[in-house]
Amino acid sequence: MEKVAVLVEHRQNEVRDVTFEMLGKAHKLVGDGGEVIALFLGDASQKGLLDMFSPHAHRTIAYLDSALKDFEPLRYRAAFENIFENVDCQLILMAQTAFGMDLAPAIATKWGLPFTTDVVDIEVTDGNLVAIRQMYSGKVNAKVSLKPSDKVLLTVRAGAFPAEDIPKISGEIREISAGIEGDFSGRTFMKYIEAAVGDVDITQADIIVSIGRGIKDADNIPIAQELADALGGVVACSRPVADKKWLPKERQVGTSGKTVKPKVYIALGISGAFQHQAGMKNANTIIAVNKDPKAPIFGIAHYGIVDDLFKVVPTLTEKVKELRG
Amino acid sequence: MDIIVCIKRVPETAEADLVIDKSKKGIDTDGLVFSINEWDNYAVEAAIQLKEAQGGKITVISVGPEENNEVLRRALAMGADEAIRLTDPAFEGSDATAMAKILAAAIRELPHDLILTGVQADDDGFGAVGVALAQMLDLPYAALVTDINLEGDTMTVHRELEGGLEEVDKLKLPALLTIQTGINEPRYVSIMGIRRVAKKEIAAKGASELALSGNEVGPEGSMSQIEELFFPPVGEGAEIIEGTMDEKAEALVKIIKERGGVA
Repeated sequence: MEKVAVLVEHRQNEVRDVTFEMLGKAHKLVGDGGEVIALFLGDASQKGLLDMFSPHAHRTIAYLDSALKDFEPLRYRAAFENIFENVDCQLILMAQTAFGMDLAPAIATKWGLPFTTDVVDIEVTDGNLVAIRQMYSGKVNAKVSLKPSDKVLLTVRAGAFPAEDIPKISGEIREISAGIEGDFSGRTFMKYIEAAVGDVDITQADIIVSIGRGIKDADNIPIAQELADALGGVVACSRPVADKKWLPKERQVGTSGKTVKPKVYIALGISGAFQHQAGMKNANTIIAVNKDPKAPIFGIAHYGIVDDLFKVVPTLTEKVKELRG
Repeated sequence: MDIIVCIKRVPETAEADLVIDKSKKGIDTDGLVFSINEWDNYAVEAAIQLKEAQGGKITVISVGPEENNEVLRRALAMGADEAIRLTDPAFEGSDATAMAKILAAAIRELPHDLILTGVQADDDGFGAVGVALAQMLDLPYAALVTDINLEGDTMTVHRELEGGLEEVDKLKLPALLTIQTGINEPRYVSIMGIRRVAKKEIAAKGASELALSGNEVGPEGSMSQIEELFFPPVGEGAEIIEGTMDEKAEALVKIIKERGGVA
């Protein structure tokens, strides 16, 4: 790979972490003598953000237009007309996030670029690119090849690549200020709505008892609550529990919920999809209880019990109560 | 209002012990239970709620073999009006791009004000078919939708961003939305409900009826190809605690206490 372009992801005046993860991977892919190109779409008031990432790219293309102030995929897509005319690269990286998922498939489809999504690793051997991506909620990995082409697009999973030790090169910044053209009235950005604040702030808890699909029914939540009470902790959950409204959204741990870092995180009946892991992997101690020995949660947990949570939890609660007298 | 919902039949793998098949390009699906993709179930419910509020007609579409009639019938039982199955040996091995081409070919021929898909499918997890389809049909779209409010020929939608943040967008119809889980509470489908629609005809359309040539779909029409499946390398992994239930619980309490989990 000689030239790899990275679409910078930014929101509410912050460059998002995944941008640095992509820049780091891009440097590994191009090696010495290659070129890492950062693509920034935004407006002139966001120019300050360029300093955050441009030192890590050989070249930054800053497409500045007031029409690009907020993330609107129809406008972003139009800006790529100009980008593809002016930027030469073999690979474009975007993130598999709410931003990238709303844009990348449209760009790839419009320009006929071979692409695949949610990539966790990229290997290049003899000029052939192989993407590693996950299937079946992270239970299986797939090696995926792309149709031969002079340019391909991949979306990258957030957190898949380290954001540390990215080379600093302070490359040039080129601004494009050509207006974008088209009718964008089909979709208009209105506003952001901040996350709701609930009665319990799980991000402040030292001990979290977290429940997943394995809890099976809302009526079973008291057994988790009892354990949490005995430990002086709080009950949190993975996505399926919040989706079913068994617990409020603000108790959800994961990419689209809260990120927590308790002393002890006890995962009950949680398979451990990467979206969940992203919200709890930095807990000091992770304990998982799950019937499935192959559940991804055991790959990240420090301690595990392979058994039925409905047998384990009541016994555990009893032992904790005994200990506390 | 004409609403089209694209649905997929997928194996339930959350609690299953998966085995990679001999070709190394798929999993062994013997013994797995298949059902409607979870995201798509929420999309069907969203369509029905819109129809209940505004009136209209819902057509559900699925790409795949005869077994897919199960999920189409389930959607009919929930309240969809028509079901179409797109099926052809040439469709096998289609990736997200080829799948979107098949759906686009069928939808172009149908009246459509609103198209709904799930955000992603539980099996291959591309999260790309909906947005690719919108591009092919040249429609405004929004991905990861968690709320829909229709106001005449426009609608206000919420998109789920990261960390609990949401975005509000205004879209003009016709449009396509990819639906996120949790947007609603999908209704229960009774066996009686399924029986009521058992006789309902489900139209099947092949490549020639959709005017698709073999090189537009399947592996040839795809942008990506699975070369090999393998199980993710397990890092250090958890220390698994063994013993009787009492012993396991006691060992856990000791660990929790040491790690500061019991005051």
